[in-house]
Amino acid sequence: MDYQPPPFFSRGPAPLVRLGFFVLLAVLLMVLDARFGYAEFIRKVVADLAYPLQRLALAPAGLLDGAGDFFTTQVALRKENEQLRAKDLMAASDLLTVEALRAENAQMRRLLDARERIPRPATLAEILYQGRDPFSRRVVIDKGSQQGLEPGQAVIDDVGVIGQVTRVYLLLSEVTLVTDKEQRTPVEVVRNGLRAVVYGGGDKGTLDLSYTAANADVQADDLLVTSGIDGTYPPGLPVAKVSKVERNAAYSFAKITCIPVAGTDQNRQVLVLSRETGLPPPPAEAEPRAAPSPKQKRARAGKS
Amino acid sequence: MAYFEQPERILLQVKVGYIALTIALALLFNLMPWNDLVGVPDMVALVLTFWCVYQPRRMGIGMAWLVGLVMDAGNGALLGQHAFAYAFLAFGAISLHRRILWFSLWRQAAHVLVLLLACQALMLAVRMIAGGAFPGPLYFLGSLVAAALWPIATFLLLLPQRRPGSVDENRPI
Repeated sequence: MDYQPPPFFSRGPAPLVRLGFFVLLAVLLMVLDARFGYAEFIRKVVADLAYPLQRLALAPAGLLDGAGDFFTTQVALRKENEQLRAKDLMAASDLLTVEALRAENAQMRRLLDARERIPRPATLAEILYQGRDPFSRRVVIDKGSQQGLEPGQAVIDDVGVIGQVTRVYLLLSEVTLVTDKEQRTPVEVVRNGLRAVVYGGGDKGTLDLSYTAANADVQADDLLVTSGIDGTYPPGLPVAKVSKVERNAAYSFAKITCIPVAGTDQNRQVLVLSRETGLPPPPAEAEPRAAPSPKQKRARAGKS
Repeated sequence: MAYFEQPERILLQVKVGYIALTIALALLFNLMPWNDLVGVPDMVALVLTFWCVYQPRRMGIGMAWLVGLVMDAGNGALLGQHAFAYAFLAFGAISLHRRILWFSLWRQAAHVLVLLLACQALMLAVRMIAGGAFPGPLYFLGSLVAAALWPIATFLLLLPQRRPGSVDENRPI
């Protein structure tokens, strides 16, 4: 005999069953996203569907910005004009020497049979907003796969490296700042050419020069620039300045804290560099190695 | 004064389109560029809790999960993080819905505060496991603000249901 309740009382599965089902689904998605990166397709589809909503949400802020621009006083504009003129004059003298130095450099490189550094094509983008995710340091820029952006491209401002494009949607992209906890940037010390990798410091807005030997020649105020050996960042872009070096005999590594050079929190206009490097492809590996652990994979993804 | 001592209003039937509209507006609020401002309430969580408490048959765990997924994609968070937390939030609100409405508005807000804090704590736990950075204790301020908005949210979200469909001189409500 069937003792089911009459259909007008039926409310579907119990809440606990539903909760279990959806929690399992969410956990599955999180694992796929965090460990394997398979969930990018779903993310792209949902994000592209939510794009009009996002654009709409940005409208009030855009209006406020526009109003602010409109009410900029003439005094402020004139002051800025004067400042820019003075800056221009100072830069002009530098520029003249730069031209000469560039020619000289090119010739010397040819003499050394070194590869000439090819200036890369770049895309100008504007930072729309800082990611609302409080656990990571990311910004969203207004160019996407429609404009030819792809994950892994370096993003710079007028002073130095800001970060790297990590996710590309149709008309937006997400840039992970160098200060993000999961972001690594290969650098070298300008003073002596010592190569290292800086790790993002997370919420503090600083960078850590981790895994550098305790006796390594790094001092406070050393400038760190991209080394360029990764093929992602062009060499020589300023990344950070060493602010504090702590050497403790108990540890084999020094604790070195750096402050990012670029305005990772201030600028609106940024430049996205293309990935064409002109370098020969890396040689094929002699024998297949064991599959890298997810941790290594992530570290490499941050670098490449 | 407790809720049951007040004269109770008979509400009109809610329209599904209105529920969808309020959730869309809450999403819009959440996707605004708040940058580093602390204490921005999670409106989506608040609105979801509200509908789970008032309309547990219209709003369910599955719907909360789906809205959470949109939040994840829009925010660039770990995919499934909000979906996970919102599913728990909806479950908590639905299991408490018979109880919550017996209290006065501010005591209801206290219940909601606990739910929202649990929701944020879940997200925090998930992100810490996935290797995120701790955003500082001010992260939880958003829930406090959201719970303080509960009376206003109740007033605003019930407004269309309080309006009679046709005005009648002899009807008191």
